[in-house]
Amino acid sequence: MEKRVVFKSAWLPYALVAPQIAITVIFFFWPAIEAVYYAFLVQDPFGLSSHFVWFQNFTELFASPEYLDSFKTTAVFSVLVAALGMSIALLLAAMADRVIRGSLAYKTMLIWPYAVAPAIAGVLWAFMFSPSIGIVTYYLLKLGLNWNWVINGNQAMLLVVMAAAYKQVSYNFLFFLAGLQSIPRSMIEAAAIDGASPVRRFWTIIFPLISPTTFFLLVVNIVYAFFDTFGVIDATTQGGPAAATEILVYKVYYDGVKAADLGGSSAQSVILMFIVIALTVVQFRFVERKVQY
Amino acid sequence: MKDATTALMVENRPIADFIAHAILILGVIVVAFPLWVTFVASTRTFDEIVNVPMALTPGTHLIDNYRQALTAGSERGSSAPVGTMLMNSAIVAFCIAVGKIAISIISAFAIVYFRFPLRKFFFWMIFLTLMLPVEVRIIPTFEVAADLKLLDSYQGLILPLIASATATFLFRQFFLTIPDELVEAARIDGAGPMRFFFDVVIPLSRTHVAALFVILFIYGWNQYLWPLLITQKESMYTVVIGIKRMIAAGDASNEWNIIMATAMLALLPPALVVILMQKWFVKGLVDSEK
Repeated sequence: MEKRVVFKSAWLPYALVAPQIAITVIFFFWPAIEAVYYAFLVQDPFGLSSHFVWFQNFTELFASPEYLDSFKTTAVFSVLVAALGMSIALLLAAMADRVIRGSLAYKTMLIWPYAVAPAIAGVLWAFMFSPSIGIVTYYLLKLGLNWNWVINGNQAMLLVVMAAAYKQVSYNFLFFLAGLQSIPRSMIEAAAIDGASPVRRFWTIIFPLISPTTFFLLVVNIVYAFFDTFGVIDATTQGGPAAATEILVYKVYYDGVKAADLGGSSAQSVILMFIVIALTVVQFRFVERKVQY
Repeated sequence: MKDATTALMVENRPIADFIAHAILILGVIVVAFPLWVTFVASTRTFDEIVNVPMALTPGTHLIDNYRQALTAGSERGSSAPVGTMLMNSAIVAFCIAVGKIAISIISAFAIVYFRFPLRKFFFWMIFLTLMLPVEVRIIPTFEVAADLKLLDSYQGLILPLIASATATFLFRQFFLTIPDELVEAARIDGAGPMRFFFDVVIPLSRTHVAALFVILFIYGWNQYLWPLLITQKESMYTVVIGIKRMIAAGDASNEWNIIMATAMLALLPPALVVILMQKWFVKGLVDSEK
């Protein structure tokens, strides 16, 4: 879509886009190109010299069990975060769509966690589930469950999944509720008159109708779990124990910043770039943006 | 009387309604529980917290803990005062939100209201930033910031984050819906493009700006990886980074009462923004995903 009537000026439009273009070139494109370039280099241990090695960094990555494990960890983590965050949000949205009294109060009290930074959410959950002083840990032990995410990889994964899904429930809830409320009431009422129970109506009418919302949220949640959960991991498990929660973005940070492996970390950056590109294409090509029926 | 737009008028299922309320109340409790535990811990002494299990009622050290956090910080781990960090977070979040809106609204205006060579090219460049989050260019971006002497500075915390494809798209979509008659009228009145921008476009965009501001303020406040990379001085920490630096040692040696007070201070400003500006927040969230 284009404007029929436009202004004319030889320099003004360039001046107007200049700030944004300057930022994108200096802080996005130039570093991204450098990252691609570094991915083909190997540095000596002191960082004094480097030489071009073609695809050696990539072949080493795909030959390394740690990197392949990190892929698996990321896959498990994202699926769990998306599944947990979305199923709880859908349940709550379906209930909120039904109630009349207090619906605004429920909504307010369910959406505030969106404001909690992933790192802070990590601190909150790590404190409740702390092996020695956690309040939840204490009651789990009373129930006979020995909870210690510092040494147990599965429990560590569960902790970061809960902390990461926490704020995402709010986001999913809002979009599911909007999707549910845009379904024509007459359709539901017709089914109700025919004697279909609320549960049956949900699975045969409502759930299929909100599938565009569900698919949209699935993509958004996967992107979130891949890229925005760095804070959760860094503030709690730091990838441990024994790399059980080392997702790709944590590994690229750790290898590059802490372990100073420039080539290896940059090669991981390039692989991550391909993943973001793929996810963005899916988001723009296949996701129906507007929730309508 | 029930509201016909939300209630089904054709059935009355008190048990189903009861279950709905029960599940919602349970959801509210589960969501609020971590906040409550944090609040309680922030009002108790260190000894009361490590003496398991901590009672779930507020203690008596609320003022002591918050005063220590704000003015002195934790005695172990990072010891910067949280007051400074909150100020840094507020400055950074505010400038990121304003900066993103400002540079996005003018570039969208240029792309919609002018025809010029490279117009499409610039548009695609802005679009491509969506595919280049900090996470995929950590070290080179850090190097650029270091070369430009941006480490440990507000400019460094703010500038690299103010490009925004999402905000540019949003404004572009909106400008396309502004009737062409307004431009024609402005031109007949002899108004130039900038006059039109300030007198017509900006006033019409008010609601979009407000909604975006709420979302972007929260985005800026909650930034983690970038501030972590470019701040070394404690005086430049934002609160989200600062709290992580306080958690240095094992469970029993962290000053949990101070950390939890800091956590409350770190999450309350954005949470209040969501609650008090709920209408704008929801609009911003939905708009920016279109």
